[in-house]
Amino acid sequence: MAEIRSLHDAVADLVHEGDTLAMEGFTHLIPYAAAHEVIRQGTTDLSLARMTPDVVYDQLIGAGLVRKLIFSWGGNPGVGSLHRFRDAVENGWPRPLELDEHSHAGMANRYVAGASRLPFAVLRGYRGSDLATRTDTVSSVVCPFTGEELAAVAALNPDVTVVHAQQADRAGNVQMWGLTGVQKEAALAAGRVLVTVEEIVDELTPRPGGVVLPTWVTDAVCVVPGGAHPSYAAGYTVRDNAFYQAWDPIARDRDAFTRWIDENVRTEGAVAR
Amino acid sequence: MTTEDFTRDELMEVSAARALAGARTCFVGIGLPSTAANLARATVNPGLVLIYESGTIGSKPTRLPLSIGDGELAETADAVVPVPEMFNYWLQGGRIDVGFLGAAQVDRFANINTTVVDRGPGKPQGRLPGAGGAPEIASNCGEVLMVLRHSTRGFVRKLDFVTTLGHGSGPGDRERLGMRGAGPVAVITDLGVLRPDPATAELVLSALHPGVTVEQVRAATGWDLKCADTVGVTEPPTAAELAALRALKSAGREGR
Repeated sequence: MAEIRSLHDAVADLVHEGDTLAMEGFTHLIPYAAAHEVIRQGTTDLSLARMTPDVVYDQLIGAGLVRKLIFSWGGNPGVGSLHRFRDAVENGWPRPLELDEHSHAGMANRYVAGASRLPFAVLRGYRGSDLATRTDTVSSVVCPFTGEELAAVAALNPDVTVVHAQQADRAGNVQMWGLTGVQKEAALAAGRVLVTVEEIVDELTPRPGGVVLPTWVTDAVCVVPGGAHPSYAAGYTVRDNAFYQAWDPIARDRDAFTRWIDENVRTEGAVAR
Repeated sequence: MTTEDFTRDELMEVSAARALAGARTCFVGIGLPSTAANLARATVNPGLVLIYESGTIGSKPTRLPLSIGDGELAETADAVVPVPEMFNYWLQGGRIDVGFLGAAQVDRFANINTTVVDRGPGKPQGRLPGAGGAPEIASNCGEVLMVLRHSTRGFVRKLDFVTTLGHGSGPGDRERLGMRGAGPVAVITDLGVLRPDPATAELVLSALHPGVTVEQVRAATGWDLKCADTVGVTEPPTAAELAALRALKSAGREGR
């Protein structure tokens, strides 16, 4: 059953050093506030999983908390490179970053297998790509019915998944809508689940395309209005595209980056807006 | 209208949009492919169904999205589906006519690298964003269009990494690998259009943009680029195409 808790306490209890941590969100509903709490608590040696690591993973990597990245596309969408990610991969700063790299279809299916509690998933994928030669989480399997050789991807079961949603009720049932990405699979694949929400409502009203996480699959719900900024929560906030553009020069420079994190995240009570 | 009235980039974008005439559905990469696909909806193909990997089917944005997950893509869509469903049912299920991709590096068989680039001895490889949806877009869509600016950095003799297979090492490779779609059918650049030779699957120059010479294109290509039997010349953009393109772009720079 989900307890409604402070973000500080929920992160302290649920996100552990050395964990495989998925903070999912496909452009929409990215749990920035929770990631910033991880940075404040200095929870380190993390293996981060996400299909589309963007600026928030750039921040966690630059803050030196990440040992490994499991992903399929790492960039600042529409803007350019993730400079902290690149610096870690190319130069080992502030520490070397191990990569487990996939295609989107492969990552999505890794979460599907994880949520299904199967050891792997099957897809027509990776054909002719060098990707499969660089990871031990892609292999092949022969279809027992047709003989077709198919790609097999290992299940991805994060120790903890963190997502942001629009609403929860007082019992801790959560609803999100709009682009819901791979969040349902990432949550159901995980050992522990932490959800930040825009608000608590008396009753959840079903939304078209809405994803509901019943309270009994979630460990903690934290009320963090604007907790996806500079990403957004449809119906509550809009994507702050200007922030994503402004991030580029900050992230290019190690000192400018560290200063930004110190002033906007690590400072007690700081809220990056 | 004279050649002074539009840029090479605009020629590329208009040519890319025209390549979508007749398609029903298009899986749209962000950046230049998204510009082209949205321009196609405003000009040659108003009924084109735009599909973005964030899960939107039938998006009708009025401005160019910055990311594949901008709110307007979902708000204007016929349907929004979860990401595993997008890749498994819609893309792998063979429902999408055209995949429209950009690339950092392309070789003569239209294979794509978006993973790492060599930067010379003693230097670490340069890191690129990675595969995203491209490997399965290129294998599962009915056909693939590509759009990127022409330079020897982008059009290389040998890829530093094969992220996404185009035509492999030549005819028959896609069939051997069991890839269902036809693969890349055109690479549209700011200098002209390359298409695979039907006999060799090697990209050859099939059209030049107005005012561009064969020598210019060859100089911007990292392999010994051959010409098709006939090399056409792209029709210059019409006033309506340019107006639509500029309207999309100016709307895209405002708000949000």
